[in-house]
Amino acid sequence: MNETLIYTIAILVGLGLAAAVILYFVAQKFKVYEDPRIDETEAKLPGANCGGCGFPGCRGMAEALVKSDDISALYCPVGGAATMKSVAEYLGKAVAEKEPAVAVVRCGGTYGCRPRINTFNGARSCLVEASLYGGETGCTFGCLGNGDCTRACNFDAIHMNPETGLPEVDEERCTACGACVKACPKQIIELRKKGVKGRRVCVYCVNKDKGAVTRKACSAGCIGCGKCVKTCPFEAIALENNLAYIDPEKCRLCRKCVAVCPTGAIAAVNFPTPAPKPEPAAAAQETTIAQQEGGEQHA
Amino acid sequence: MSNRIVAPSPHLHGDLSTPRIMRDVVIALIPAFAFSVFVYGWSAVWLTGIAIASCMLFEWLIGRFLLRRDCTLGDWSAVVTGTLLAFNLPATISPGLIVLGALVAIGIGKMSFGGLGRNPFNPALVGRVFLLISFPTQMTSAAFIPETGAVADAFSGATPLAFIKEALKAGRPVAEFMPNIDLGGMLLGLKDGSMGEIGAAALLIGGLYLLIRRVITWRIPVFVLGTIFVFASVLWLANPVLYINPLFHIFAGGAVLGAVFMATDYVTSPMSKAGQAVYAIGIGIITVLIRVWGAYPEGISFAILIMNAAVPLIDMYMKPSRFGDRNPKKTK
Amino acid sequence: MLKTFRLGGVHPHDYKLSRDAAIRIFDIPASVTIPLGQHIGAPATATVQKGDKVRVGDVIGTASGFVSANIHASVSGTVTAVDSVPDGANLRKPAVTIAVEGDEWNPEIDRTDTLVKECTLEPKEIVARIAAAGVVGLGGATFPTQVKLSVPQGKVAEMLIINGVECEPYLTADYRLMMERGEEVLVGCEILMRALGVEQCYIGIENNKPEAIKHLNDILSTGSYHKGIHVVPLKMRYPQGGEKQLIAAIAGREVPSGALPIDVGAVVQNVGTTYAVYQAVQKRRPIVDRVVTVTGKKLAEPSNLLVRIGTPVSALIEACGGLPEDTGKVINGGPMMGRAMANIDAPVTKGTSGVLLMPANESVRGRERACISCAKCVEACPMGLEPFLISKLARQGLYDRLERERTADCIECGCCAFTCPSYLPLLDYVRIGKAETLKIIRARQAK
Repeated sequence: MNETLIYTIAILVGLGLAAAVILYFVAQKFKVYEDPRIDETEAKLPGANCGGCGFPGCRGMAEALVKSDDISALYCPVGGAATMKSVAEYLGKAVAEKEPAVAVVRCGGTYGCRPRINTFNGARSCLVEASLYGGETGCTFGCLGNGDCTRACNFDAIHMNPETGLPEVDEERCTACGACVKACPKQIIELRKKGVKGRRVCVYCVNKDKGAVTRKACSAGCIGCGKCVKTCPFEAIALENNLAYIDPEKCRLCRKCVAVCPTGAIAAVNFPTPAPKPEPAAAAQETTIAQQEGGEQHA
Repeated sequence: MSNRIVAPSPHLHGDLSTPRIMRDVVIALIPAFAFSVFVYGWSAVWLTGIAIASCMLFEWLIGRFLLRRDCTLGDWSAVVTGTLLAFNLPATISPGLIVLGALVAIGIGKMSFGGLGRNPFNPALVGRVFLLISFPTQMTSAAFIPETGAVADAFSGATPLAFIKEALKAGRPVAEFMPNIDLGGMLLGLKDGSMGEIGAAALLIGGLYLLIRRVITWRIPVFVLGTIFVFASVLWLANPVLYINPLFHIFAGGAVLGAVFMATDYVTSPMSKAGQAVYAIGIGIITVLIRVWGAYPEGISFAILIMNAAVPLIDMYMKPSRFGDRNPKKTK
Repeated sequence: MLKTFRLGGVHPHDYKLSRDAAIRIFDIPASVTIPLGQHIGAPATATVQKGDKVRVGDVIGTASGFVSANIHASVSGTVTAVDSVPDGANLRKPAVTIAVEGDEWNPEIDRTDTLVKECTLEPKEIVARIAAAGVVGLGGATFPTQVKLSVPQGKVAEMLIINGVECEPYLTADYRLMMERGEEVLVGCEILMRALGVEQCYIGIENNKPEAIKHLNDILSTGSYHKGIHVVPLKMRYPQGGEKQLIAAIAGREVPSGALPIDVGAVVQNVGTTYAVYQAVQKRRPIVDRVVTVTGKKLAEPSNLLVRIGTPVSALIEACGGLPEDTGKVINGGPMMGRAMANIDAPVTKGTSGVLLMPANESVRGRERACISCAKCVEACPMGLEPFLISKLARQGLYDRLERERTADCIECGCCAFTCPSYLPLLDYVRIGKAETLKIIRARQAK
């Protein structure tokens, strides 16, 4: 009995030692040097592995951060400035200062303002629908509403609103990783500067059709009338292909464009008070003028 | 025209649908069911009913309260699982065990993997094998109840395969244990066994129906039974005293039920024709191996489950014949 | 034993409702809209401006590249706009709109019906005339014909295969052409054989059209045509009209993955294209019209119409008894590969082989259920692919794994989705996967 016990223990210990020796030499032989800073840097990253930085996961980003001398082009949208700052301090490199961004769905074509002229009966996927035809509404640029963006989001930050048929971004959760931007086949979603207290002004439309065509398809579309361009005191708005675009870098949030937009395609969000409105009568008059102008320009 | 429908092609659909396929399987099982009622009487009706009802109940309960999704009973797959489970059980089994078997079949065999289409193993066989291992006595005492009186009780008390097993274990000629092998009677189903496996002829009629309705292809059943036949023939020719006639292997036990109804289960069989052949040959070989050298008298349930486990691997390596790869004319 | 292809295929009911309706010449509409991109490849460049006067057969757009085709005016009148116009998918594409004034033809065109059999032109001249006439594959693929006839160096064409299969259910345009213009089609075959320098020509026709087989055989038996032309009856099976399937069925040769028909020595042309080749070469008549099957179970008068290119599809439907009350889908083409139209005012183009109206109850897909791995799609795939797997990978966005599964071989015939008992949108996702795979392959080749 005792002997059995002793033999057992001896053999096991011997096996363990032998294995340890073998493993030690194998480990020596196949050792790969890896900068220990990579591990440290990875630990500072959020660990979401969302790919928003352009690398496959946080590890890839950490390697790139450690290996490249100039890391100003690299940015972790999820961790934002705080993370990048701590990484830069640790690595002793200069880092790009970027303001926090948020995904903005640039389509205001709700069920109410964009009538359905046919019914899509294929696979519930925007990619499939977009590759087939112009979509269920007269607007061939707007949101298709099948929710590819919601499925792409790793942070549960974008959801379809069944009332409007449009996706809505949860700004608290959105990390601006850009997954939804890539998923949207219509390129509707844009990462825009989050702004102080989330205050932003944006054109909620991507329709490049002529004014008359747009207006027929959607009552909330940008008809390219150019009123906002003329009104903007900061030259922040450009009109191209019948579509206005507000440059977030130049916009000073005066919201004058919001007031003059005849279709309501321009909207301001997260402001405590409503936008300054011109005199009601004047506004109505201007709207009609804008319509006529838009109509005439592109007839 | 706001109701104009737009969809990608094709705009036509064939007449196949999942519920239709499953219903066809149930219809194909009717001849065998009728035969088992003829042999075992009302208990067969009663036990099969319990199996179907409990399978449907568990599928509904799990789908409703655990997976929280729409009811999937409409696809008829629970009915098929229930019927096949009952067919794999002896007529003397207690109803409680059937309910337990149904719970294992549906709960563990199917729903735990995400429901129909995701289960790696045939659910009915999971239920049966669970019962076979947990309650061996109840499961193997397949007493023959000749209620009709029309059936000669040639080997009452144990199945023919169990006799063979005894003979093999003792290493003595089978003839000593089983003097009269009536192959014709076995084809008709005059043998002991589980409720559904006894009527080979009735099962084959069902299989023919499935073939005509294009629910199954000939490949798997023919390869399973063919392999059993060939392998058993080799043994028989080598030593006809110790090993039994290969036809016996085909008609005995659950070979026909397994080959036609269990091995052909879509979910747990390979996708390509070559893969199906490999899978079926594997089942045939393992069945005979277990029957002749294994601990259990019958092995097709285990054989199917083992090959089920190999299906993902088979699917990965056995790809279908691609267009353009087989070319009589060499170009270049 | 009738010939057919080796792998897969399905058997949809053929519903040839308009098979006995003789080709009817459709009235010239008040105005036509002629898209500049009616073919695979680069759209043509417009050569007319607003206000220009044009005659029937005048060039209004010239080919803008090797794979491109000329566009001709299909009516005479005044160009009212060169602009982007919504197509059947509601997407705006460049097009020329012409207001019709009379019916004045370009004088170079021979408009008579007399059969001109003799053709002594050099192959080069034949191809040049075909290119000038803007002939493209009229079966629906719209691949420019002159490109197919330009055999690349180092390759040899051994046989011409004429596609008279028309395996799409409902469509009868090619069938009517074979019945009514059989002689012209056969002259077209001879011209194509001359252009390619081949001695063998096989006309593949499925056995659901025995009259067409008999009719062409009767003409051939007079002995006045090339001895190398044979009619090959084929067993009915979809997608036999697919180029690769047809070669496999007739010649027993399978085009290898990534290769072209010419790599196995075959050139395939559709019956309609062959007729257009006859018109282009013998009569110098460009494509200004085509035969369109307008059909549907509820349609009052399923017909085969000879329609000027650019006529709105809605006008054709009106002429055949109007849009039935419960129409769900209007399909440009056949039910297996046609495109559902979002805009029925879109014009007829060179690729419009049919207009099919589907009743509402047949238009909606069945309820999607879980995949049960039944392998029906694998059995049905004529290219020997695994649609369930490709579809799953594409749905999950795992595009890098698709090339290994030979996704680029898919011919989008729809057999997989047709047969799927779980009503899965297999082809919807396979198509996405194929597009992504082709992108990956092109990106690699560009390196």
